[in-house]
This record gives sequence, structure tokens and C-alpha cells, in this order.
Amino acid sequence: MSTYEHGYLIVGCLMLVALVVASTPLLLAACLRPRKPSAIKQATYECGIESKGDSWIQFKAQYYLYALAFVIFDLETIFLIPCAVALNQVGFFAFLEMTVFVGVLLLGLVWEWSKGVLEWR
Amino acid sequence: MEAALFHLFSFLTLAGALLVITRRDPVNAAMLLVLTFFFMAGLFVLAHAWFLAAAQILVYAGAIMVLFLFVIMLLDAKEETRRCFGRVAGVGALAVGGALLAALAGVIRDGRLWRVPAGDAEGTTAAVGRLLFNTYLLPFEVASVLLLAATVGVIVLIRAPRRPDDAPPSA
Amino acid sequence: MSPVFSNLLAQPGVALAAEAAVKIAVVIVVLMGMVAYTVLAERRICALIQDRLGPNRVGAFGLLQPIADSFKLLLKENVLPGHVNRFWYVLAPTIAMAPPLLTLAVIPFGNTLAGFNLVIADLDVGVLWIFSIASLGVYGIVLAGWASNSKYPFLGGMRSAAQLISYEVPMGLSVVSVFLLVGSLKLSNVVAYQAGTWLIFKAPLAFLIFLVSAFAETNRLPFDLPEAEQELVGGYNTEYGQMKFALFFLAEYANMIVASALIVTLFFGGWQVPFVRVEAFGPILAGALGVAAFFVKLLAFIVFFIWVRWTLPRFRYDQLMRLGWRVLLPLALLNIVATALALALKLRA
Repeated sequence: MSTYEHGYLIVGCLMLVALVVASTPLLLAACLRPRKPSAIKQATYECGIESKGDSWIQFKAQYYLYALAFVIFDLETIFLIPCAVALNQVGFFAFLEMTVFVGVLLLGLVWEWSKGVLEWR
Repeated sequence: MEAALFHLFSFLTLAGALLVITRRDPVNAAMLLVLTFFFMAGLFVLAHAWFLAAAQILVYAGAIMVLFLFVIMLLDAKEETRRCFGRVAGVGALAVGGALLAALAGVIRDGRLWRVPAGDAEGTTAAVGRLLFNTYLLPFEVASVLLLAATVGVIVLIRAPRRPDDAPPSA
Repeated sequence: MSPVFSNLLAQPGVALAAEAAVKIAVVIVVLMGMVAYTVLAERRICALIQDRLGPNRVGAFGLLQPIADSFKLLLKENVLPGHVNRFWYVLAPTIAMAPPLLTLAVIPFGNTLAGFNLVIADLDVGVLWIFSIASLGVYGIVLAGWASNSKYPFLGGMRSAAQLISYEVPMGLSVVSVFLLVGSLKLSNVVAYQAGTWLIFKAPLAFLIFLVSAFAETNRLPFDLPEAEQELVGGYNTEYGQMKFALFFLAEYANMIVASALIVTLFFGGWQVPFVRVEAFGPILAGALGVAAFFVKLLAFIVFFIWVRWTLPRFRYDQLMRLGWRVLLPLALLNIVATALALALKLRA
């Protein structure tokens, strides 16, 4: 087994450990705490005003557009990272290739900017 | 040990995927899909594709599923829980699923794609970078154009409310 | 040590597993201790800045306060509101707490001590692993907001999620210039690269973008809009109480510590001791000095985080989005091109 696989095995175990560590306080509290539910305690918190309806409703859609833009640039990052790592092994030509890639995306960004898309309304 | 882990992750991936398509609540289905992506990343690790495994989690579990979850939560999810698909939709889904399965079976029978030699450390980040700069230069540059096209799509979507008084109230 | 036990440890697999288990246990215990005392430090420093005393009654200088707090939170009544989606409501705090524990795995907190590498798992994808896991932190927040089925938490959760993803992009892009210089994602290589000069002097702009994004990613002031008290009450965790609330709270501090550790590792030389040739002191002392250097830098950054929080006012939401998308993102992209150009010219010469 290579050192890499060994590392991932440890990380896999750590995932289980992290889940246990993160949920133990909840379980511990579940055993220790008192429990006396009442209608007022279980009501929605809204600064004393009685709540109307639930909040699972259609909501401001602009958040979704930011999520779209995020996916695009996240993908870009994932392309750039291996290129950045390999650049000094490939040389000057690689710089040109990378610049073209970043340039095309910068173009998209400038366009988004000029259309006023990145403005929160 | 590797074989055992491979079988474990394959089983978990398939089970997760099956649960995704059988859940009624879209939030549960989305979160199960995140879990499934994790198991797939485990399969990538077993195939020595270290970079792909991390990219899988970052892009699919960390970005695309967040987008899905946003859409599910910003729309009214209760509606979706109650919706039943008609017979036409069922037949259509079966047809598409069957076609996909046939395509997949063809690839597996072909045998060229999956009999890749198990390279010793070819999945490292630097190796992926060298491949992007040499063998896959054109796809790499085309990917940037594809991302640009997606950007245009975002612009078109955002530009929909034209007059300022049409804009949704800010939150 | 009994012979059976030492024979068992002589097996290579068992020895490696034992080493990993010890490291994991130490790192998690140290992190949880640091989280508890960072909370106390925050309260004391904030009191200092505001010319108050802060909690100083439980133990000397209030040093037992975190223990008292944790017992208090354990014994609070469990209020499970009637209107929530129970499954995700209870699971969300765990999902929020797990990522900072996982990201610590790849951060080297020292060079070597008695022949052991002082890192849990030095993965080839290093920083990318941290970004992948940290990007999952958004689920805890968004699920908490949604599962609460209440208006303030939902709005807070959405805001918080949009903020987190907006600043993840400049954060990821800013470190690309670091990778250009180092030529590796492995954090041990990043630290080794900084043996002479720290990366903050070679990539100052990347550091600045990373620092601002780190503040936004950890929801610290001036970026703490998710819990802007005047508008959103408590933000995404308004409907949470007792230990469930405590986990969100602790996760925030754990995130802050991880972010500080990452900044130290990427830009401030990690465990490198400046100006001193530690190798001259022999391996054991050199290793210990490295660990000490790492923790001194880490503590300095934590204090800096706290100091900033109690000094700056909060951004408005449109300002926050503008800073992320219209300032930091283009800057990070240009920084990559400039760094790549400098590197390419150097390669040619």
C-alpha cells in the first residue's frame, strides 16, 4: 500500500471519528436534559408576534443566481489548480495557454459586470 | 483489503443512488445524492485518482448540490412532495433509463474503456496538470468557452426583470 | 510495556494505525480545548476593548468559565419546536461541526518529532482537500435555516449560504498563485518552500484576498450578516437552543481556528522558526521549537481575528456582495495572470 493510500485510509477513519465527536455532545445532552414541552415553548420564534403560516414558501430567487455564478467560477478554479501546479514543469508555453483560459473567463466577468449582473438588488 | 473496500463503496454508491430516486422529499433526495458523491469519491481514491476524488467532492458535493438545494428551498418544496407522475412520464422515464442502461452495457462489453492500466501515481495533481497542458489542451481551452457560455446563460437569467420597479424586493 | 503489546506494535500496520490514532486523538483534544478557550479569550478581549472586565469569577481569571458554560448547556431543557423538520433540525449541528475537524487532518503542525511526521495525513491534494471539505460547511447552515421552518432562520441561512459561496471563489483563486510558486498542493511542500522567505512577502495580494475571504467564510465581523442581530435576531440558529446551539457556536470558533492555521501554513511559514537555525539544537528540541512556532503564530492570528471583530462595524449585504464579486474576484484572477507571467519569464531566463 502506498503512502497516499495510507493517508486516505486515515482520513476515512477520521471522517467517522469526526461524526462521532460532533454528535456525542448531542447524545450526552439527550441523556442529561429535562424535557417538559409546552405549546408556547414549541412555537415559532418571531419576536413575540404570532407567526403566520410556515416559511417553506417560494422565496427571493436571486440567491439562486449567485449559486449559478458560484458553480461556474468553482469549476474554473478546479481547472486552474492542476495547471498552476504543473506550470513550472511545462514552461513558457503553458503560461500562454493558461492566460487564454483565464482571459476567456475574465471576458465573461467583465461582461457580467457591464450588464450590472453582479449588483445585489 | 482494496477489493473489500471497492465492493463496500460500490454497494454504498448504488444503494445511495437508489435511495435518491425513491425519496419523496426533494431535500432528503438531494442530501442523499451528496452522500452518494462521497462514496464515488471513495471509488476514485481506490482507482488512485486522488485529484479527481477531491474535485468530485468540491465541485459536485460542494457546489452543484448547493445549487440544487438552493433551488429546492427557494421554490416551494411541499408541492413536489405531493406530486405524482402520470403514466406518460413513467413510460418516458423507463425509456430514457433503458437507453442509458443499454449505452452503459455497450461500453462495458467493449472493454477498452475500463481496462485502463492501473498507473502507479498518475492521479496526482501535477500529473493531471501536465495532461491538461499537453494531451488535452484543446478540451481544456474549450472548457473555458463552455464556462463562458454558462456565464451568458446567467446574464440572460438575471436580466429578466428589466425595469427597476419589476425587480424583486431586496431581502 | 508488556512483551505482547510491544510485539503487536512491531507489526508495521499496527504501528501505523496506532500512530494515526494517537495523532487524531491529540489533534482533536487540542482543537476542542483551543475552541473552549478561544471563546473565553474572545469574551475577555472584547471586555478589554470595551473597558469592562468580562467573565473573571469562575476560577482564576475566569479560566474555568468554559467548563461551567458547557455544563450549563448540557443541562438546559431540550426544546424541540413543533414546527420543524425534525431529522434535519437535529442533524444540522453535527453537519456544521464535522468539517473543521476533518480539514485539520492535512495541516502540518510541526516538522518531525522523535521520527514522527507531525501531520495526520499529508495528502497530495492538500489544500484542495481543505477546500472540498470546507465547502460542505454550507450544508449545516442552510439545512438549519430551512429545517427550522421559521422566517428569521430561513433568511439568515440563505444569506449565510450565499455569502459563503460568494467568498469561496476568491479564496480558492487567491491560493492558485501560491500553487504557481510552490508547484505543489501538499501542505508539507508549501511549508518547506517557505524555509527562506515566507510566502506573504512573495504573494502579498494573494494573502490579502485570502485573509478577507477567510473572515467572510468564518462569518466573523465585518462579515457577520447571517446573524445581524438588528435584522435577523440570531440568524440561522435562532430556533436552536441547548447543546444544539452550542455545536453551531463551537463550529464557528473551530472554523476560525482552522482558518488561522491555514493562513499560518500558507503564508507565514507554518512551523518554520524565523531567523534561527533550529537544526543546531538537535532533533528533539528543533521539532518542539517548530511546534511552538506554529502555535505562537496561530494564537497571534486568533487574537487578530478577535481584535478585528470588536473594532470594525458590519457591512451592508449589497456591499458584501459587491466586495466579493466585483473587487476580490477580478483581483484574484489578475493576480494569477501576473504571478504566472513573472514565473514564466523567470523560467525563460
